[in-house]
Amino acid sequence: MADAATKPAAIVIGASAGALGALSVILPELPAAYRVPVLVVVHVPPDRNNMMVDLLQAKSQIRICEAEDKDSIRPGVAYLAPPDYHLQVEPTHEISLSNDEAVMFSRPSIDVLFETAADAYGPGLIGVVLTGGNSDGSKGLRAIIDAGGQGLVQRPDLAFATAMPQAAAAACPEAQVLSLEDIAAYLKKAGT
Amino acid sequence: MTDDLPVAKTDDIEIRLLLEAIFRKYHYDFRNYAIASIKRRLVQARDHFRCATFSQLQDKALHDPAILRELLGFLTVQVSEMFRDPSYFKAIREKVVPHLRTYPSLKIWVAGCSSGEEVYSLAILLREEGLEEKAMIYATDINPEALRKAEAGIFSTDRIQQFTQNHRLSGGKSSLSDYYTADYGGAQFDKTLRSRVLFSDHSLVTDAVFGEMHLISCRNVLIYFDRDLQDRAIGLFRDSLGRKGFLGLGSKESLRFSKHSDAFADFSRDERLYQKLGA
Ligand SMILES: C[S@@+](CC[C@H](N)C(=O)[O-])C[C@H]1O[C@@H](n2cnc3c(N)ncnc32)[C@H](O)[C@@H]1O
Repeated sequence: MADAATKPAAIVIGASAGALGALSVILPELPAAYRVPVLVVVHVPPDRNNMMVDLLQAKSQIRICEAEDKDSIRPGVAYLAPPDYHLQVEPTHEISLSNDEAVMFSRPSIDVLFETAADAYGPGLIGVVLTGGNSDGSKGLRAIIDAGGQGLVQRPDLAFATAMPQAAAAACPEAQVLSLEDIAAYLKKAGT
Repeated sequence: MTDDLPVAKTDDIEIRLLLEAIFRKYHYDFRNYAIASIKRRLVQARDHFRCATFSQLQDKALHDPAILRELLGFLTVQVSEMFRDPSYFKAIREKVVPHLRTYPSLKIWVAGCSSGEEVYSLAILLREEGLEEKAMIYATDINPEALRKAEAGIFSTDRIQQFTQNHRLSGGKSSLSDYYTADYGGAQFDKTLRSRVLFSDHSLVTDAVFGEMHLISCRNVLIYFDRDLQDRAIGLFRDSLGRKGFLGLGSKESLRFSKHSDAFADFSRDERLYQKLGA
């Protein structure tokens, strides 16, 4: 069990194509008494109802919800970005949503979440880049590591779509490249 | 909230000072906007103006008033659409309009109207519902460039397909093409749509109430504010609404953190429509 001093302040996760499968390996592993907040950006089409929340909640012990503007970020809750809004972290550790332009064709954008979270949490942050067919998240993961945080990347050879974890691993040689199961175990240990 | 934070980072200090400088010199007050979005946009501005630091940008902003207009373009987000979130306009049409019909004259305020997409949407809806003649729409924003575009009512033709689809989904009773003429310069919306619209400069942060409105639509503006500022704006809406007046917010905005929430009842929860309680 990690002690309070090394417990991360927050975890941010980005996923695109194949996200549901990958998150279904990780989030159900986190125990009900998890002590760290989790913020998640998944690329979803703008007009789709966010089924992802219900699907993941059905399998998980921690609470899964759609992020709401100005919510205080709480440990043991996973916040998913709503479709068509960027999910950001304020320095006060509140959520802010924005309608700002898409970044690299994505809204929500993984980079936007990661960069604002890196700013708000500094070294206490773990960033995780999972499966996806684009390169969103690499800039953000770079920012997290530059701010003293840690990076985890899904092993591209095991990912549903390889481009995103590949780009992140290339941009961040310091990041650990792991299987989904190992990422799940790592996160579980870090916040329990 | 600063007690548990480490010593402020240099760029955060600089951003605070830059926002303070813009406020003192030009009276545009971004000091209590949610900072994550402002910071990202100021990074873009800093790069655009080829400044190495936010302090350099501050120097420029203070000594070259000409750049302020451009800087406002960075500090305010101008993303909009006609009939954005069609179900919102559908709810206004089906649920709010029957109430609006009962008044001899109507005052409607579109706060943070950007380039006018929302204003033209409401003007078309009112015309379709036969309410246009007795309505007055007050359309306000802090960005003069956006207000100028709103008044011109010209939108790029490649956006029209989306607008048309939104209009249809909102329960539109006519064809959107009835309201514009398209040429190479874009789609020019019918000027008579704005004969009942008054565009003006008004800030939800620094300006005062507008009297006796029947409907206030303020969408995708409050998310850019911190909680205190949201509260100020919502207080302004409460005081600007007549008895039983309606307030419509963006699809991710609500009154739940507001100390004024007691003054309103949910009217259409999913569409973020509220009704001011009778005094
Ligand atoms: C994202 S746009 C929303 C446009 C439109 N209401 C919609 O939902 O499509 C936000 C607008 O709010 C304006 N705004 C920002 N701060 C404001 C303030 N303090 N008072 C009034 N308008 C403001 C911006 O200039 C911008 O035009």
